[in-house]
Amino acid sequence: MGKRVGMEVSIAAAEAVKQANVDVISAYPITPQTHVVEHLSELVANGELDAEFFCVESEHSALSVCVGSEATGARSFTCTSSQGLALMSEITYIASALRLPIVMIIANRALSAPISIWNDHSDVMSIRDCGWIQFFAENGQDVYDHVFIAYRLAEDRNVLLPAIINMDGFTLSHVIEPIEFIEQEKIDRFLPPYQPVHRLHPDRPVSMGGIALPPIFTETKKAHEVALQGSMPKILETWKAFGDMTGRYYQPVETYKAEDAETIMVIMGSFGETASAAVDLMREEGRSVGLAKIRLWRPFPFEAFKQATLHAKQLVVIDRAISIGGPGGPVASEVKAALYGEPIRPVVYNFVAGLGGRDVSPSDFIKMVDKAEIEIEEGNREGYEIYGVRE
Amino acid sequence: MIEIRFHGRGGQGSVTCAELLALAAIGEGKYAQAFPSFGPERRGAPVVAFCRISDQPIRIRANIYEPDIVVVLDPTLLKIVNVAAGLKPNGMVVTTSKDSPEVVKEALGINNRVAVVDAIKIAMEVLGVPITNTSMLGSLTRASNLVRKESFIPPLKERFGRIAEKNMAAFERAYQETVLIQ
Repeated sequence: MGKRVGMEVSIAAAEAVKQANVDVISAYPITPQTHVVEHLSELVANGELDAEFFCVESEHSALSVCVGSEATGARSFTCTSSQGLALMSEITYIASALRLPIVMIIANRALSAPISIWNDHSDVMSIRDCGWIQFFAENGQDVYDHVFIAYRLAEDRNVLLPAIINMDGFTLSHVIEPIEFIEQEKIDRFLPPYQPVHRLHPDRPVSMGGIALPPIFTETKKAHEVALQGSMPKILETWKAFGDMTGRYYQPVETYKAEDAETIMVIMGSFGETASAAVDLMREEGRSVGLAKIRLWRPFPFEAFKQATLHAKQLVVIDRAISIGGPGGPVASEVKAALYGEPIRPVVYNFVAGLGGRDVSPSDFIKMVDKAEIEIEEGNREGYEIYGVRE
Repeated sequence: MIEIRFHGRGGQGSVTCAELLALAAIGEGKYAQAFPSFGPERRGAPVVAFCRISDQPIRIRANIYEPDIVVVLDPTLLKIVNVAAGLKPNGMVVTTSKDSPEVVKEALGINNRVAVVDAIKIAMEVLGVPITNTSMLGSLTRASNLVRKESFIPPLKERFGRIAEKNMAAFERAYQETVLIQ
């Protein structure tokens, strides 16, 4: 077993990037991502990590550098938040379509305006369809572990896609907690050096990212879709291999006391642990409540989600982002799409909560379940509301 | 699980205080979590930081509303912030003050245990600056026995480097001078 160390999650994330032996780091500072790249710049400056650290002038350039470096076969990393991701968004689509296995941590933060440095999932939802593999972390250990998982998976010849690790800003990024480190020899075995299939090299010219005329563009998108959907078996295989190494087995959808539950809360990210504490409180009162945590956002795990939730009477989906003018939160939309084809399916009640850093405590989760059960009982089968609005 | 809320002013090291406590507890093999009340940092403004310590993995990622212990790093806050808000009936306030614990207890209007130390005086005399975090950790440790005294040595050394010795001296003096009443 590795060493257990008390550490800020951002620092642990940076240490994982070091242990993953990246070649290139390119980033522009933005709260609450800052501590990750600050620590990486120290590691490079101290000579503890043999990598190029590019201080660029914007996030657009941060990812553009990674596109270039990854295309030459250099293992590349970036990290951003909020407005930074918004500025970077153009390049996210290019990185994935060029099949470049970059890994990015997003310290999730609200999008302006008004300015908020605090956590929600609006930033990553703005690039929902960018074609990257997307994980959500529940705690600091998840963030640390997924750096290795993400690189091994992304660089697999049958995958070759970039991957995002979503780490809730402040709520995870700035918390000190115990992290179990993995020995370097184990990591080196789990994550061998990157062997690119094609790479930019002056002696062997290739063209990447050329123009696609209408007769071929659709086919490139189909290829990308097949690649992302087809990455699921590799994701499961990589998690299995990681679990065999560490004892920590991850799943696309993880449940807590959901097997026999009539009501299941559905969440993503750091809501998970607090919601599980709320489940325990409700179970103590004899209530039939459980929890489903979506760890894998893209490719969306439709089958695993149905297996975890189809038996429930009702799902209380708690989103941390809002689709303004749409049908509610983005997770609830996906959940409804996943269940639509089922002849018998749970009723879905949707809350949007925790926007812009609003604290969500165990009692808030209980209040949401209370409200949803009453509304559904009264016949409101398409409920959607923003929780805790001060009026 | 024990939940501790720290009240201080920006620049006094409240966040560091919470972090060092968590690191000391983790070093003992316990589970712990420390985090600031995330916001724009403003020197001198009232700030809050949080720490949870448990023998089991900690699952709550929300602020602390009903603390077991409240630690106050600045005496002026006792008059302008309701530091005892939500304090559990069997909870405790650990504060810096020139006054006796009886006076503090009456001023706060609470029935809880109160521990007092003049951490400003100790910090000024030992460190030469009114940064009370390590003194208040000494006081908290004396009043609560949450973690062992020696468990603070590695995190204090790691955090303070060449001024670690002075901070350990402030910790020890506050530990000795703390007065606790039921």
